[in-house]
Amino acid sequence: MDHSVVFAGFGGQGLLFTGQVLARAAIKDGLEVFWIPSYGPEMRGGTASCTVILGDTPIGSPVVDRFDAAVTMNLPSLRRFAPRVAPAGLLLMNSSLLGDEETGRSDIEEMHLRCTELAALGGDDTLVSVAALGALVARTGWVTPESVRAALREMVGKKRPEVVDTDLGVFEAGLQAGAA
Amino acid sequence: MTSRGRPEVTPAPTTAEADAARRARVLMKGNEAIAEAAIHAGCDAYFGYPITPQAELLEWMARRMPELGRVFIQAESELAAINMALGAAATGARVMVSSSSPGISLMAEAMSYMAGSGTPMVLVNIMRAGPGLGGIGPSQSDYFQATKGHGHGDYRVPVLAPASIGEAMELMADAFELAERYRTPVMLVADGILGQAMEPVELRFRTPERHTFDWALTGASGRPARIIKSIDLDPEVLERRNLDLQHKYREITRREVRWESWQLEDADYAIVAYGTAARVARSAITAARERGIKVGLFRPITLWPFPERELARLSRHLDGILTVELSSGQMVEDVRLAVEGRCPVAFHGRMGGLVPTPDEVVGALKALKGKVDRARPPEHRDHTPPVTHWRESEDRAEAEPWAHERARRGGRR
Repeated sequence: MDHSVVFAGFGGQGLLFTGQVLARAAIKDGLEVFWIPSYGPEMRGGTASCTVILGDTPIGSPVVDRFDAAVTMNLPSLRRFAPRVAPAGLLLMNSSLLGDEETGRSDIEEMHLRCTELAALGGDDTLVSVAALGALVARTGWVTPESVRAALREMVGKKRPEVVDTDLGVFEAGLQAGAA
Repeated sequence: MTSRGRPEVTPAPTTAEADAARRARVLMKGNEAIAEAAIHAGCDAYFGYPITPQAELLEWMARRMPELGRVFIQAESELAAINMALGAAATGARVMVSSSSPGISLMAEAMSYMAGSGTPMVLVNIMRAGPGLGGIGPSQSDYFQATKGHGHGDYRVPVLAPASIGEAMELMADAFELAERYRTPVMLVADGILGQAMEPVELRFRTPERHTFDWALTGASGRPARIIKSIDLDPEVLERRNLDLQHKYREITRREVRWESWQLEDADYAIVAYGTAARVARSAITAARERGIKVGLFRPITLWPFPERELARLSRHLDGILTVELSSGQMVEDVRLAVEGRCPVAFHGRMGGLVPTPDEVVGALKALKGKVDRARPPEHRDHTPPVTHWRESEDRAEAEPWAHERARRGGRR
């Protein structure tokens, strides 16, 4: 069974990176995975997004009609992707920027997450997407937290080993918020 | 469930080994994986010019080739890049260029010269939507260009079309091998999604064997001079050169056709698609089968030579074929030529950088099935199990392509 998630927000919020962390964690869990950035015109219009598809069997279509989960970090992303969450899917909203924004959908699970504050709790308030990833992983269980930690250590450790612990701390904060 | 035109004979690893290998796979971007595979295939020199959605391939080469003491040049234009590449290839070096659609158009002239002069080279086209400058979205609208077009003259180039990043890596080694074996340019085409996406890949590379070429321009000291050219002003001589080329193309057509079939064993319908469209088709096939439509996938891996005989054979046992492309319908013309009316051939495609969704494809499939059912109610159809394994020699011997159709109609025409 495939699972799809879109990470969307401003360029600089770490969405493409976070999608790759999820993809690497999936590999460690022995899953198939496909990561695709939006490289179209929208990347020049203030939003950045990537889609990650996970599954037990080779991933078929790289295009997704309805996402099983959407992580929306700003208003344009929420407007764009809220209607495309599958019924019974998960919409994760960064309420640090979105406040109490409504989607009008009653057939999906909406999760308001104060990503900036959560990231600050972990030690760096700019790591908003890592906080969101923690919540996503806690709520969906698509990958194991241990694989995400290993992926973070690899990816962050390669370039900036001094901030690995901060990333791990922010991920934990998100994980706890998501499990609550 | 899957059969391939070129079966691999790798012993199946144990489950524990296979599981460990799966977990050890590396996440790589298509463009970067293609570049790295080319490096491992022994690419001596790369020439290019940046263009989205192919730029990371050039960037990877810019970093890696100098590290290895090999040649990397970012030329002043695509035209310059390919002509530098032509010069380098004439020395027998393993040479590659890459670009995206508009850039490939600019390289077309040199491809004709390479084909004419028998210069091996690998060209990668990470296709974007056209025509003209078009857009940067994924597309397969360069099928005509790759398989029938680019430069002038009676020539063809082998065209390889991967459907995954792992397959693209394997095919890069094959591309260099084909180029040198047949002294021809070889193209690898993938749409922008395959260039931009990341997938887990095994870092398993192949380096085709190196040969000493009796045609390469390596300095004539101590031997007669060699000339690499495409010009021959004597019509008799030029016709002979063309006949030699055609002979070569027949050899390639006979020996190098590749395809993959999936879930065709019991199929009434087939989707014919390559590259990313084939992946969409796989999802659509899974969905359609849940709704009781027996459908499978026929995926050409070589777009030229097109697996026409394999498709022709298959079409005798099908109620219909749906071709799916990221274009207005280009490969579908080759599908129709191969099928020769043995069954209906429908088409679904998107343009401009959009990709058909699995739902759309299922819809197109249902529409095709509806048409077929209205024309011939299902209970009146005889179901011959399709043959998905065949030998080429059998196919040649198959003298009556219309036999199956006649059997359905229950008599002679």
